Amino acid sequence: MMEGLVILLVIFVLAMFVGLEVVTKVPARLHTPLMSGSNAISGITIIGSTVVAGLGATKLATVLGVIAVAFAMINVVGGYVVTDRMLQMFKKKPEGGK
Amino acid sequence: MAALIELAYLAAAALFIIGLKRMASPATARAGNFLSAVGMLIAIVGTLLDRHIVSFQWIVVGGAIGSGLGLWMARAVRMTAMPQMVGILNGFGGGASQLVGAAEWHRLMQPGALLPLDTAVSIYMSTLIGGVTFAGSMVAAGKLQEIVPGRPVLFPFQHLFNLVLFLGGAAMGMYLLISPGRPEVFAAMNVAALLLGVLLVIPIGGADMPVVICLLNSYSGLAAATTGFVISNHGLIISGALVGASGIILTQIMCRAMNRSFTNVLFGGFGAAIAASGGSGGRGAAPRGVRETSAEEAALLLGYARSVIVVPGYGLAVAQAQHQVRELADLLEKRGVEVKYAIHPVAGRMPGHMNVLLAEANVPYPKLFDMEQINPAFEWTDVALVVGANDVVNPAARNTPNSPIYGMPILDVDKARHVIFLKRSLNPGFAGIDNELFYNEKTFMLFGNARDSLMKLVQEVKNV
Repeated sequence: MMEGLVILLVIFVLAMFVGLEVVTKVPARLHTPLMSGSNAISGITIIGSTVVAGLGATKLATVLGVIAVAFAMINVVGGYVVTDRMLQMFKKKPEGGK
Repeated sequence: MAALIELAYLAAAALFIIGLKRMASPATARAGNFLSAVGMLIAIVGTLLDRHIVSFQWIVVGGAIGSGLGLWMARAVRMTAMPQMVGILNGFGGGASQLVGAAEWHRLMQPGALLPLDTAVSIYMSTLIGGVTFAGSMVAAGKLQEIVPGRPVLFPFQHLFNLVLFLGGAAMGMYLLISPGRPEVFAAMNVAALLLGVLLVIPIGGADMPVVICLLNSYSGLAAATTGFVISNHGLIISGALVGASGIILTQIMCRAMNRSFTNVLFGGFGAAIAASGGSGGRGAAPRGVRETSAEEAALLLGYARSVIVVPGYGLAVAQAQHQVRELADLLEKRGVEVKYAIHPVAGRMPGHMNVLLAEANVPYPKLFDMEQINPAFEWTDVALVVGANDVVNPAARNTPNSPIYGMPILDVDKARHVIFLKRSLNPGFAGIDNELFYNEKTFMLFGNARDSLMKLVQEVKNV
């Protein structure tokens, strides 16, 4: 059963490197949207929350799962919408300026 | 079906990576964010296909409530409050991880039976990291919103206590590995994680909160990844690692910009040291000569300058004065004055915050310059107009070795021919440190709310 864990670790470490590589290329002026955008990605726990909430296991597990779903969705929807709000301002700037 | 779901997660992870890659330029960033959101949707839809899921109604209820709240928050939040917003969102992500850990534990726990080791370890990690992230983020957001005192809250043996708490949490996790059927121990572990989150953040001063938010961002990614370990889900692990990496990089950038080591931010109790040495240089100092000016005089100075560099700081954000700054800059440019903006890496309260605020006011981004680019230009500049910034232009960082901000890279505003400070009062900045530049003979202080002062300046420049 430890082998499974090791494979997961391999995936984790490689993904970390991809992340470092991609994120270093983001310019300073976009760091705030980068943060809120990557934050939205961390809402991916919605997957775990959904499974747990839908298993119909114990009552307590389901309740916790449903709260987890709500929390994760706040993170996901809030994160993406607010990032979009910011990036939209960056986009219209070239013609809006002067 | 299981393969299909795995493919959905793979697609989602790929879209997240492409989305982050597109963040490299303002032109493609918005499309990138959209792709990332599509990836999330694919992941969610994929999960709903999971045959283990038997009841959907509660998922829908939870999802609808969460989405509604998230949407409302994202629409309502002011750009100035973005750091708190990211902190709060972060907290919810961490909270979700903790809850998933707890729910899985409750589902799998059978009195007397042992959980498989890898599952158990992942559950406890997810619970612990999630709990620390949740509580820590909420306290950080509270400090930024100034609900929680921004000053470092210190008590004796704090670090020791935190260490004990951390080891205690870990020990409880270990204990649960051997005898899982102990709900009270599991609950205690959760409480320890939450308490640790609060106690790790509370001693850190308000000025350092952006670093903390970056770091917690990283934690929320790690929390997501550990949740992925809990339920053996590759998609979660990849995405969590991406977020973890971005948080780490941003934390590094912030620390470098403040010339502080990572450990110093976390354990330094920054601000407490100032309180101790504050008797001589802090608020309590005898009033020294400050040259106060009027809007009229400042407008003359600006109107007849050849070059002006605007240095925006958090005070500009608080006063919501980004639009007025732009109006003033437009007016000056019409008179032939060259106007640039100098953006310190930690201007505002999170990396890139000031860029967002100026973008909101439609300031064209070729006019914004990073610290390294603009610093050599101050020497040739007639007027540096400092709007609500303080610590990032404080020369003490260069020449007062015992100042807490000594060594922090600053904007060389003091090299400009004249400096005009728009400030509410002589109060020290967020970091609580006095600024010798206020007392410099080429400095003019224009007191008042940044927005009112700028409006007056706009009026006066029109009359020049």
